[in-house]
Amino acid sequence: MSTGTTKLDVVVSDVVPVNELVTRFHFRRRDGQLLPTFSGGAHVVVEMRDGERTRLNPYSLMGSPLDTREYTISVRRDDVGRGGSLFMHRNVRPGMEMVISYPVNLFSLDLRARKHLMLAGGIGITPFMAQTAQLAADGGNFELHYTCRTASLGTYADVLRERYDRRVRLYHDDRDERIELDRLLSSQPLGTHLYVCGPSGMIDWVRDRAAALGWPAETVHFEHFAAPQPGAPFDVTLAVSGKTIRVGEQQSLLEAVEAAGVDPPYLCRGGVCGQCETNVISSDGKFIHNDHWLSEEEHRCGKKIMPCVSRFEGRSLVLER
Amino acid sequence: MAAKSIISRPVYATLSPQPGKHHLFVADAEGALAITDLAPKVPDGFFADAHIIFIPGNEGKHVAALEALKPAQLYQGPSFASALPRLKQTLANAHMGLRLYLAGTEGLIGQAMQAALEAGIDHTSIQTEHRGSLARRMQCVHCKGITENVTTQPATCSHCGLLLLVRDHYSRRLAAFQGVCINAEDRSEIPPAEEIFR
Repeated sequence: MSTGTTKLDVVVSDVVPVNELVTRFHFRRRDGQLLPTFSGGAHVVVEMRDGERTRLNPYSLMGSPLDTREYTISVRRDDVGRGGSLFMHRNVRPGMEMVISYPVNLFSLDLRARKHLMLAGGIGITPFMAQTAQLAADGGNFELHYTCRTASLGTYADVLRERYDRRVRLYHDDRDERIELDRLLSSQPLGTHLYVCGPSGMIDWVRDRAAALGWPAETVHFEHFAAPQPGAPFDVTLAVSGKTIRVGEQQSLLEAVEAAGVDPPYLCRGGVCGQCETNVISSDGKFIHNDHWLSEEEHRCGKKIMPCVSRFEGRSLVLER
Repeated sequence: MAAKSIISRPVYATLSPQPGKHHLFVADAEGALAITDLAPKVPDGFFADAHIIFIPGNEGKHVAALEALKPAQLYQGPSFASALPRLKQTLANAHMGLRLYLAGTEGLIGQAMQAALEAGIDHTSIQTEHRGSLARRMQCVHCKGITENVTTQPATCSHCGLLLLVRDHYSRRLAAFQGVCINAEDRSEIPPAEEIFR
């Protein structure tokens, strides 16, 4: 059961290649009405009917929250991923009818902040496209630091520089440009909130430095949709529904549970929202936790698992599902 | 010790050292003891980045104990009101990395927190420890006047004179407990006042 994810029937209104890796998709409602209101940082889960298989991938909305005639997402092609981004790039065409979830925001701005300091890495720029549009409309105080591999892969860097000029600072890996993170974090006025979206290594680095430099946890916001990692197949017993299932190499535990006809709640499918948190009844083996939801302590004691991104290796696993 | 009754009633913990580049303390009277009790737990060099704003009160004790911690700055003021401009100025010029510690009476903690909230600090990011008097800062919900150092239940509003039930209902925005008329139906009914917030 997709808690809170009421579905929207949409049509693909445009498909725009942005650079060699990223393509933008525009969706409008099939009935011509306005789409639901959203706030900067929200994402939708896009349903992809790929033959027998249904893929459900979350993507941040990147359009202005002030314009709900259409939703836009940008998808970075991952040639060695599980296939969702390849499906979007290869199969989705203008005019195609698709189903997406209502928007959900797990990365919202804290509007009590005196200033918003945003750090983006690569395709992690997308939620900031919406957040900067939202803040700029209200005269909000923000500063965006955007790291990309090369200028040609700096998705929307040109758009952002044109819109916000010096409030956007770019760093190119191939030119050895690096954020001076400690200096940046230590020079922010009291009341600043920090937002980071990008690769998990970048998020961990920024969170660690912020904590060490005295940023309270309440002021540090991050979003990383961990795509479910493939791994060795494993068997799971679902105690409540009385089923034993096999999780395939390219399948997530959540997808395997859904394929068996059991409908656990979910929202983000990326290890951040906590909706699909599942109790472990018994286990004999090793957990491979990939989520950002459970605490380190919870990861250690093996009583809970986030089936959207985490896996298991060992002899037996019994879940309360 | 303040006990949790309703959700808005603040509860206080024990000060603990936080990672940060600067440490700002605001304390009154016995609140100084919360700072000296914290001292053995702090990392080396902690007080070299510390600024203590202290209101010793009538008894004038504990100043020497705070001096012995060798903070970068130690300010003493005769009242919270006299220290407030300094607190506001410090917060206005501060950067992220400043941590705030409040210790002493509820009135002091509440009013210092009010200034901190205005400066953009989340109340959950602030370390607090209650020491000393349980006297309350009370807002009369009828005339909106604030009465300081309320120790009795009920208490008389120092502005409009109504007899007020001092509630546990607390406003962080006003830094005050709410006082509601206790005998609105019949003003001649005067329940005995007990001194319960000592």
